[in-house]
Amino acid sequence: MDETDRAIINRLQESFPIAHRPYRQAAQALGIDEAELIQRIEQMLEQRQLSRFGPLYHAEKLGGGLSLCAMNVPEDQFERVAEQVNAFPEVAHNYARDHRFNIWFVLATETPQRIDSVLKAIEQTTGYPVYNMPKEEEFFVGLRFHV
Amino acid sequence: MVLSDQDRQLVAEIQGGLPLSSHPYAEIGERIGLSEQEVIERIAELQAEGVIKRMGIVVRHHELGYTANAMVVWDVPDEQLDAVGEKLGKQSCVTLCYQRPRRLPEWPYNLFSMIHGKERERVLDYISDLIKSQGLEQIPHQVLFSGRRFKQRGARYL
Repeated sequence: MDETDRAIINRLQESFPIAHRPYRQAAQALGIDEAELIQRIEQMLEQRQLSRFGPLYHAEKLGGGLSLCAMNVPEDQFERVAEQVNAFPEVAHNYARDHRFNIWFVLATETPQRIDSVLKAIEQTTGYPVYNMPKEEEFFVGLRFHV
Repeated sequence: MVLSDQDRQLVAEIQGGLPLSSHPYAEIGERIGLSEQEVIERIAELQAEGVIKRMGIVVRHHELGYTANAMVVWDVPDEQLDAVGEKLGKQSCVTLCYQRPRRLPEWPYNLFSMIHGKERERVLDYISDLIKSQGLEQIPHQVLFSGRRFKQRGARYL
């Protein structure tokens, strides 16, 4: 990853033109040409430095459900439970954390009502309770990574 | 904002990513029966309404070296929650800050903040600086570093 890649990441995490030739427009601001910008984005996607190039949606405004959930699972059951949780397509991401509550995952569902039924299904499959911690208020969402 | 069927089709069409070609919006339009201009107008409207938070790059922060990812949770007295949440949200090292419900007795924490860094030591320094500079010494907190990441994909809504 060179300076140009870094500049692309920093700038295109802020915004991307919604216009006739958006890559050309973004490339101009970066001092490169359209083909180079497209090729560099493709390469960073292939190398999995980028997860996506496109829209970041607001789940609730789309009518979807979104929640952070935690589980407290004994060490010797951890692998099995993590695998079972990941098998649910509604689980968007899943991290182990170094705490008594050791499995943390985000559920994204088509409707808010679906959250509860998926949680119950996860509890039934794994045999452990799921602690549902939906967002109640948002103080800040930046989530940009400067490189 | 109530999404029309056509908007939902558009949202579904681009959720995996924009075409990497010189006329991406025209290409999307061809797939769903809209002109380029219509696609541009609908996407601009969805962004103005906040349905699309932003368009562009979504990074895999782990691969970019941000491997120390701390969820710092705070047990804030209810009457101080808004003030503390606002304060934390303004700190440059805090990438997300949300109020979430307590799950008593096991889980007393009601304010969640994420701090991402390249090294654990640095992240721990940020947190202790934060506590000092914002006067949070009296508020119980815990730091949960992420271990393994089992799964990361973009959420799919439609």
